[in-house]
Amino acid sequence: MAELITYREAVSRAIAQEMRRDESVVFLGEDVAAAGGVFKATKGLLDEFGGVRVRDTPISEEAILGAAMGAAMTGMRPIAEIMFSDFLATCWDIVAVEIAKTRYMTAGQTNLPLVIRTANGGGLRFGAQHSQAVENWAMMIPGLKVVAPSNPADLIGLFAAAVRSDDPVMFFEQKSLYPTKGEIPAGEIVDELGTAKVVRKGDDVTVVALASMVPRAVDAAERLQSEHGISAEVIDVRSLVPLDTRTILSSVSRTSRLATVEENPRLCGWGAEVVSIAGEECFWDLDAPLTRITTPHIPLPSSDSLEDEVLPSVQRIVETVAKMTG
Amino acid sequence: MATTTPPAAPAGSATDVPSIDRDTRLALYRQLVRLRRFEERAYRLFQEGLVKGTSHLSLGMEAIAAGVAEALREGDYTFATYRGHAHTLARGVPMEGVMAELLGRANGVCGGKGGSMHLTSVEHGVMGSYAIIGAHLPIATGAAWSSQLRGTEQVTACFFGDGATNIGAFHEALNFAAIWDLPVVFVCENNLWMEYTAIADVTAVEHPAADRAASYGLERIIVDGNDPDAVHLEARRAVDKARTGGGPSLIEALTYRHGGHSRADPGDYRPKEEVEAWLARDPVPMYRQRLLDQGVAADDLDAIETQAQEAVDAATQAARNGPVPDIDSAFTDVWADGGSSWRN
Ligand SMILES: Cc1ncc(C[n+]2csc(CCOP(=O)(O)OP(=O)(O)O)c2C)c(N)n1
Repeated sequence: MAELITYREAVSRAIAQEMRRDESVVFLGEDVAAAGGVFKATKGLLDEFGGVRVRDTPISEEAILGAAMGAAMTGMRPIAEIMFSDFLATCWDIVAVEIAKTRYMTAGQTNLPLVIRTANGGGLRFGAQHSQAVENWAMMIPGLKVVAPSNPADLIGLFAAAVRSDDPVMFFEQKSLYPTKGEIPAGEIVDELGTAKVVRKGDDVTVVALASMVPRAVDAAERLQSEHGISAEVIDVRSLVPLDTRTILSSVSRTSRLATVEENPRLCGWGAEVVSIAGEECFWDLDAPLTRITTPHIPLPSSDSLEDEVLPSVQRIVETVAKMTG
Repeated sequence: MATTTPPAAPAGSATDVPSIDRDTRLALYRQLVRLRRFEERAYRLFQEGLVKGTSHLSLGMEAIAAGVAEALREGDYTFATYRGHAHTLARGVPMEGVMAELLGRANGVCGGKGGSMHLTSVEHGVMGSYAIIGAHLPIATGAAWSSQLRGTEQVTACFFGDGATNIGAFHEALNFAAIWDLPVVFVCENNLWMEYTAIADVTAVEHPAADRAASYGLERIIVDGNDPDAVHLEARRAVDKARTGGGPSLIEALTYRHGGHSRADPGDYRPKEEVEAWLARDPVPMYRQRLLDQGVAADDLDAIETQAQEAVDAATQAARNGPVPDIDSAFTDVWADGGSSWRN
């Protein structure tokens, strides 16, 4: 029996599902235990699993991720929370230079089964230091898997896959999605990393989106159909590393047009890689320039009127895609 | 610029150390000599161009790696820095694998993918050598947390330089280990110099590690890092404490590097009198003399030296003859599935 839950509730369900299954899964972060997280996404976990497995930490991002790494190397499966993804900059050494490289440098002697989950992205008027979409930072580093779900069911399933993976996974929760609702199936939910999903079928153009840009792309597709008679296929990338190029490229080959919708600022957003691959591998199938719809290359402003203007909006997606197919 | 006024060389510790048995003393000497001969050879191979890139030697500092390793047992974890040849060997990692790794050969402990700065041998508890100052302190803390969670009584020892005490990760890790009572022993090898700058010139306190211990509710421990007995006793105390649930310790071991920071650096930015004072306190001959004074036969010590030399020669030969890595190995072990694929 399906159930309707919020993206926020999906977080604690996902963690609980994995902690019940596997004693070696532990969870640490700032304000995650007693307070249930600053976004209240981890409420109830301390009560169910106790203070040894669910643990509040000092404000020490390097120590949080270092502890997760050391524990992962020695038999545990830690989940570490970085409260806002912007704070990853304070511990980026541990992420990019330690966690990502250690298996390789040691010729496979070390296992790093850990998940770093973090509240990512804009839309909540938090200003430039609490709103960045930084999944592209992680995507650039060999050795990190990168996931960003757009709905509760995917969140639980991909999170389970991340915890069960022997590789380090960066798990980006888009914080404006926390109150949004979606249906989840009954029972255990386990998905597969590296799989994109066609969330709306279409024939004229492929629109590839991630996290909070997915519902916007779907809304835009409905308007493109009703207002312009354009049939847009929408793909939720879900996982940037590994990247399901097969699903994306087979769609692009069929529709002959590709637009990406990215929250990242323009330069080196994840879509740049997607259009580059499509340009190399689908060039002869294309009928329109490969097009990226991104946040402009600016820090995010706080004011709601400004933030709404610069994040890719349904309106901007509709206008841009309509022009491509015109 | 502030003038360099390093602390004077510490006086030698008491020679009468009844709580260290004869076997342990001989083991300490064996370690010292093996590490010394290895580092001398590594330097020569660097000069010959066989060790590429960079390498950081523990010449003059061997007593710390030796003294701590002899206080650990199988299953314990160690974390070292880029200056980690000695710490790796002291845990019993075969010399051939270490030497071959320095030479970038397939028979190296990391198949040539780590190099001098990243020696690792998980089966020996050597959980890595880390080249970003301070980064491994939180990671070692995590390994200690894991032992605590799994209830295994394993102890983690983490070595780092004096320079690491001024980076945030040091302070984050110490606080973290202290609040969770983690079984970790932090060992600061204070050789008075970072790369080319004296630690005293850039640090608010005289003893960069020990003077910070109180901030984390820890005991202020300073030990003569050129005295294997003193290091060993202090390490044993800290390791026992960690193993029995007493939480972390922070040991500052005073020592000196005989050579430069890395590569072919002659280290000539250091005052001549300072270098001479410390060379006169070379741990290897000092410890040999102590053992002789305690009645150990010279023949026994000579035999240890001969064995060490033979082991280094054999390791050098095996490393020189080692195959270069298969090109395919550049594309293995990015992921747990053994490969490097990021797309389908
Ligand atoms: C974060 C960071 N900053 C700078 C360096 C460059 N660096 C390498 S070794 C070193 C000096 C370290 O001195 P110390 O901690 O005293 O250790 P020692 O080399 O003397 O053993 C520096 C600055 C680095 N590797 N990492």
